[in-house]
Amino acid sequence: MVVRALNRKMLRELWQLRGQLLSICLVVAAAVMTLVTLRGTYEALVRARAEYYRDYRMAHVWSALEQAPESLRGIIGEIPGVEAVETRVSSYATLDLPWLDVPGQGLFLSIPEGRQADVNDVHIREGRGVRPGRADEVVASENFFLANSVELGDTLDVVLNGVRREMLIVGSAIAPDHSYSAPPGVLYPDDERYGVFWMSREVLGPNLDAEDAFNEVALRLADGADDAAVIRDLDRILEPYGGLGAYGRPDQFSYKVLNDELTSNRTTGTAFPAVFVGVAAFLLNLVLSRLIATQRTEIGALKAVGYTDGEIGFHFLGYSLVAVGVGTILGAAGGVWTGGWMVGLYEEYFKFPSLEYRLSWTLVLIGSGVSLLAALMGGVGAVRKAVSLPPAEAMRPAPPARFKPGWIERAGLGQMLSTGGRLILRNLERRPLRALMSSVGVAFSVAILVIGMFMLDGVELMMDLQFRVGQREDLAVSFNRDLGPEARHDLERIPGVTRVEPYQNVMARIRSGHRKREVTITGLEADGQLRLIVSENRRIHPVPLEGLVLSEILAERLGVTHGDTLTVQALTGLRRTKNIPVRDVVKDLIGTSVYMNVEALRKLTLEGPRLSGAFLLTDPARVGDVNAELKRAPAVASVVSPMTMFESFESQLEDTLFIAVFFLIGFAMLISVAVIYNGTRIALSERGRELASLRVLGFSKSEIATLLFGEQAIVTVIAIPFGWVIGYGLAYLLVTGMASETYRIPLIVSTQTYLWTAIITIAAAWGSGLLVHRRLNQMDLIAVLKTRE
Amino acid sequence: MKSQIILEAHDLSKVYDMGEVRVRALRSVDLKLYCGELAVLLGASGSGKSTLLNILGGLDRPTSGTLKYKDHDLSYADDEELTEYRRQSVGFVFQLYNLIPSLTARENVSLVSEIAVRPMLPEEALEMVGLGDRLDHFPAQLSGGEQQRVAIARAVAKQPEILLCDEPTGALDAQTGKLVLSVLEKVNRETETTTAIITHNVAIGGLGDRVIRMSSGEVTELEINERRVSLDEVEW
Repeated sequence: MVVRALNRKMLRELWQLRGQLLSICLVVAAAVMTLVTLRGTYEALVRARAEYYRDYRMAHVWSALEQAPESLRGIIGEIPGVEAVETRVSSYATLDLPWLDVPGQGLFLSIPEGRQADVNDVHIREGRGVRPGRADEVVASENFFLANSVELGDTLDVVLNGVRREMLIVGSAIAPDHSYSAPPGVLYPDDERYGVFWMSREVLGPNLDAEDAFNEVALRLADGADDAAVIRDLDRILEPYGGLGAYGRPDQFSYKVLNDELTSNRTTGTAFPAVFVGVAAFLLNLVLSRLIATQRTEIGALKAVGYTDGEIGFHFLGYSLVAVGVGTILGAAGGVWTGGWMVGLYEEYFKFPSLEYRLSWTLVLIGSGVSLLAALMGGVGAVRKAVSLPPAEAMRPAPPARFKPGWIERAGLGQMLSTGGRLILRNLERRPLRALMSSVGVAFSVAILVIGMFMLDGVELMMDLQFRVGQREDLAVSFNRDLGPEARHDLERIPGVTRVEPYQNVMARIRSGHRKREVTITGLEADGQLRLIVSENRRIHPVPLEGLVLSEILAERLGVTHGDTLTVQALTGLRRTKNIPVRDVVKDLIGTSVYMNVEALRKLTLEGPRLSGAFLLTDPARVGDVNAELKRAPAVASVVSPMTMFESFESQLEDTLFIAVFFLIGFAMLISVAVIYNGTRIALSERGRELASLRVLGFSKSEIATLLFGEQAIVTVIAIPFGWVIGYGLAYLLVTGMASETYRIPLIVSTQTYLWTAIITIAAAWGSGLLVHRRLNQMDLIAVLKTRE
Repeated sequence: MKSQIILEAHDLSKVYDMGEVRVRALRSVDLKLYCGELAVLLGASGSGKSTLLNILGGLDRPTSGTLKYKDHDLSYADDEELTEYRRQSVGFVFQLYNLIPSLTARENVSLVSEIAVRPMLPEEALEMVGLGDRLDHFPAQLSGGEQQRVAIARAVAKQPEILLCDEPTGALDAQTGKLVLSVLEKVNRETETTTAIITHNVAIGGLGDRVIRMSSGEVTELEINERRVSLDEVEW
């Protein structure tokens, strides 16, 4: 094979420029990798969800109710648009898990005997389903199964409907309506303490006093059915049976959390790659155009010996092709690895029968295509500029640049500078656009650092507000059904309990015009000190004597604000309806909450004092005793310590956020290094002769280093505040795009974050300088002076 | 025969617009180059000889005037035509060699032989300039004289009609300079390539068939040598 001389030139020069090209390669790789990983993960989740929902017949509409006869099933099936109806019985039950010092909690759901469920079918992961006629068999949710290292054939002590039973675990399973599961009233999983269990309808029904009756219904709708109309009809049918309000997928817990996650994933999966690909494109453009500009005389020589503009152009664009090509391969390979890893992380929280990461060639093409386009644009501009010169002129050293004192010097500030300082200043002022572009490149890396690190600030605040400021209790106890006021005294009598603050939850439907929501209203005591309502700015909102306190995001969705009135219907007991004013709107960060003074809440239900649970303070020395006592109490459904939740949340974060931030910091540093290293290398090749002359005149190595690096130092210093501004803007866009009812990351960038971004950027600049410094020290003065510029 | 005109310039002018000042580098130059001759353009620095050579070689365009290569009018040739002219018909030797540093001697010559229509083998061209044993050396591994000889090999490898040399000895010491000139003289003699050498060194004038003197952008004198002196006779 004949390797043409021009190709050989390219190969050798690629090797010579390996440092610079490698940095470009890595930026392209980072861009492609981010795109392939984040967007690829999003696509994998969307695909897995669609297949799961289709294959396992995920419901479109649900409703819980007190109880209705099975015969109602036929009537529900006649609602226009309903394709399939599945009724079931369900109940929370207390689990006595020997390895836990607090009670566990299980959601028990019935599955039809002898057939697949028409709606929300379960998928057995291990073991088998329950056999007809076996009263003691149960299938556990996979999360519980794995978190507690349960084995097939293990038994489980359950207090179901007040009766203690021993159950045999025969399998583990997942179901589409529980692909994400968490204890009631909590947003994050607690798999050691909480699980979903499936039992035969023929067994669970009688156990819950619901023979030939049901307390939950799930519907699949035909394509094009009117969800809202079906929900209305179902509510009407279930009203006499204590219907707790029908809802569609958007309000179903598992669907909502997954959907919110996908929304935020789509935001990050679009925003981060867009920023990265954009920055990579910008960098390629910047670096290649400067790189080619330094080859001016060679281009002149090639033209002089008869090469055409096209041949020369193609030759120089080869550098871009190689940089982008190698970067794409690295990025795609890295993306497959990180994509697989990220999907694996999701798999811990969201359960699908098959969730697999597949490399999307479309994404690879988009990433490399955009990078290539940018590279070509940068390259074409520079090549065109070089070939447009007549070869005689191109081969001559570029005429001495016209320098003149810039505005800083004209303003009289120049006298404050040394000769070296003036040299640096004039270089910057002569090519202001180039300095600006370099600054913009570094600013983007600062911005990426800001958006990576502000999330840590935001999440830290979120956790601090949630677990330290808002939840001051040591333990939160919930009962498996509402109890009378004597329950408070029972709790107070437990040795080690120092304070008890009961609360009452009431399921309710709140309405404003045509908008409605089924919510749980939490009734708090007026003088409560353990559970506080806190907003983003750490302000504590007192519970008003009358009226509602709403999460801001819920108020927005209902289109109401402070002072408006909502129609509130209790969905239990007498199911009374009352107009209640909104007294306060809280900008909180997690979930959607509705609070009321518990006395005011009772005016809605017209019931005497009822307790859904209580917040406890305990003597730290006796927490173990208190837990043991609570575990023995049959009415206690769960005992949660905010500290434990904090730890579980934190470990979840370590899994995901910290690693993501780690990657972002790496990428940002890569960009800084790429800009500054390339900038300095090119400056060195452009000004090598000038610097060598100064050395010959007696300047020391460190003095000429100052001249060379001073320019980059100024570029970096200017870039930092710009980066902060861009970063803040990007953070705002991210926060807005990621906000969901599940959580909202506050837009708070701490002083430390700003400082750290500056420190990291300066460190990256310093490191790049060191890389070039070696070359500067090795500069052969005579050789540099002998060659023409 | 050295009577056939290969390149003819008529009334050539070149003005450089340097922003605030306009520099007239060439003023109405008339010049003919004959097939196979060796012409020496003599002139002091700034006399316009490099500008003239650049225009003759299609590296630059005149501001006014005409330039004819054989039957082709190059005065208004576009980029493509000039490229073709340089690619096939003209060989250049520059004062500062202009070799590609990342290519070896052989590869620098291949650079040209690969795109020419009837090229010599790179090895053959290098042999001709006495560098048959330095084929795989990079420019940085060669002395100035050797680099200039690589540049000559590169220029002659395409077997051009015209060889234009801009101060080919300008960066070299006397000894090396003579060696380079002897190579050029040999190429001219053996291949009958029309050769024009630019120099400010009056002593070199005797080597040519004709001496063209330039000053302030004008041709001031044309002199025909009765005989070309040999290099040994040249006093540096």
